[in-house]
Amino acid sequence: MSEITPDTVRHLASLARILVTEDEVETLAKELNVIVDAVATVKKAVSGDIKATSHPIPMANVYREDVVEPSLTQAEALSGAPDSADGRFRVAAILDED
Amino acid sequence: MTELVFKTAAEIADLIASKEISSQEVTKAFYDRAEALNPQTNSYLYQSRENAMAAAVSADKAQAEGKILSILHGVPIAVKDNLTTTDAPTTSGSKILEGWVPQYDATVVKKLRASGLPILGKTNLDEFAMGSSTEYSAFGPSRNPWDLDRIPGGSGGGSSSAVAGHLAPIAIGSDTGGSIRYPAAVTGSVGAKPTYGAVSRYGLIALASSLDQIGPVSNTVLDSALLQDVISGHDPHDSTSLKDSLGSMTDAVKNADVKGLRVGIVKQLSKDGFQPGVKACFDDTIAKLTAQGVEVVEVDCPSFEYAIAAYYLILPAEASSNLAKFDSVRFGLRVAPEGNPTIERVMAATREAGFGPEVKRRIILGTYALSSGYYDAYYGSAQKVRTLIQQDLEKAFSQVDVLLTPTAPTTAFKIGEKVNDPIAMYLNDVATIPANLAGIPGMSVPNGLAQEDGLPSGVQILAPAMQDAQMYRVGAIIEKLYTDEWGSPLIAKAPKLEVK
Repeated sequence: MSEITPDTVRHLASLARILVTEDEVETLAKELNVIVDAVATVKKAVSGDIKATSHPIPMANVYREDVVEPSLTQAEALSGAPDSADGRFRVAAILDED
Repeated sequence: MTELVFKTAAEIADLIASKEISSQEVTKAFYDRAEALNPQTNSYLYQSRENAMAAAVSADKAQAEGKILSILHGVPIAVKDNLTTTDAPTTSGSKILEGWVPQYDATVVKKLRASGLPILGKTNLDEFAMGSSTEYSAFGPSRNPWDLDRIPGGSGGGSSSAVAGHLAPIAIGSDTGGSIRYPAAVTGSVGAKPTYGAVSRYGLIALASSLDQIGPVSNTVLDSALLQDVISGHDPHDSTSLKDSLGSMTDAVKNADVKGLRVGIVKQLSKDGFQPGVKACFDDTIAKLTAQGVEVVEVDCPSFEYAIAAYYLILPAEASSNLAKFDSVRFGLRVAPEGNPTIERVMAATREAGFGPEVKRRIILGTYALSSGYYDAYYGSAQKVRTLIQQDLEKAFSQVDVLLTPTAPTTAFKIGEKVNDPIAMYLNDVATIPANLAGIPGMSVPNGLAQEDGLPSGVQILAPAMQDAQMYRVGAIIEKLYTDEWGSPLIAKAPKLEVK
């Protein structure tokens, strides 16, 4: 059995910026324990010197010419924003008041 | 003459090219039917008659001026709702994006427009393509035309049910672990995941970027080939897009010849865990091929035993990072808690309200897999399994041209049957996941009805990377063996949906 406690779930949810209710914490802890036990079998598959594959095809940086191209207008870029002001995205305070 | 909506895309394209019908006539026929039947199948999240007919008018006008824009000129199509469209909302099946209209078209959408294919609407999917039944869509499940109480597969169940129910002749899907092939299998239709990089992912709302691939959904192998030829090709907007053309899939289908074909059966995917009727259909496919003189050998891919485990570490890890962009700042939902909250509290409240349970589960699992202290044991090991899978496949493909497996472990299950059991849901993709981990092409072709429930089964064809043409060749061979026996494609046996 893996060790995902309700506290682990609270910590992970906070890292992932997802508010979770106490009910969700209980359910998620149970479900994640089952899932983590199942996926932990990967540890048994690998022994010795095996290279890690992060991508199915060889990857190389792709560059383009450094020239100005047409892009979204300010209004287009802001068109889906939940809130904006003075041509910018408007968000809640970054820092707590205290 | 068969009613227009029961024709294949290839037949429709021929009728349009020979001016026997117009794109407007066929687009209207499909739109009318889709509008009438969508309340039963919930295939579409968004339909626009105005957009579809305007595109059909343009296609007809181009043709009148002597311009045939593509091999599918004038044929209407449905598009999965995780591809961006400037003239239609794009939700990816999530409340967090409800009502969002993107500022740019996905490259595939741009290609469809430039190729003269009117878009009928946007199809349903599990939220952010996480699921294999569409039950995790925030907008309700789609339903299987063979039995409306059953799932049409997922995540692309909107596209599969639209095509199998003739609410669209062809559709676009995306496949991260089987989201095109699994729905095809359980709806008796055809679906292909091309080689990773063959089709641009620009404008596809990313689930797991190293696994995602866009591909065709259809009722025949030829229709998928035609559509793959329209949507594939290099795109400078996608750094993983392949530079070289993979050739013509249409030619591969038209010239399909059984001579010299060698197929492999994967030892790990041919024994336990498959419904008896599905296994019987698969054995029948192998028997038919053997009778044609095809050499069949068993190949050993021991790493496949760990494919699901590796996938459910790599996918959540990549998804937790990709979905960080849904932060209530630039687009999508914003939920502000009472009082004077900081932006972090607004983000957390928004993501709580906007994401469904499966998305939260996978983001939190991915965050765990990537956290320090666990990274090497989980994510690191999963990446090594990925190497082992590629090595096993390389060895297998040194002996055979393609591998065959049943596509899905069972036929379509009942809506609600697995929705509260994540592990049971994950096991649906046991046969389809290795292709995504290795980046190779895979397709599902119907191979009969399971004896115990009369529901469709599919056979999966896997080919080496870049050899999509080989996959289509074998798909065409298998399809022909069955249509010769049945006198029609499997889909002709599906119950006809009636407008209520």
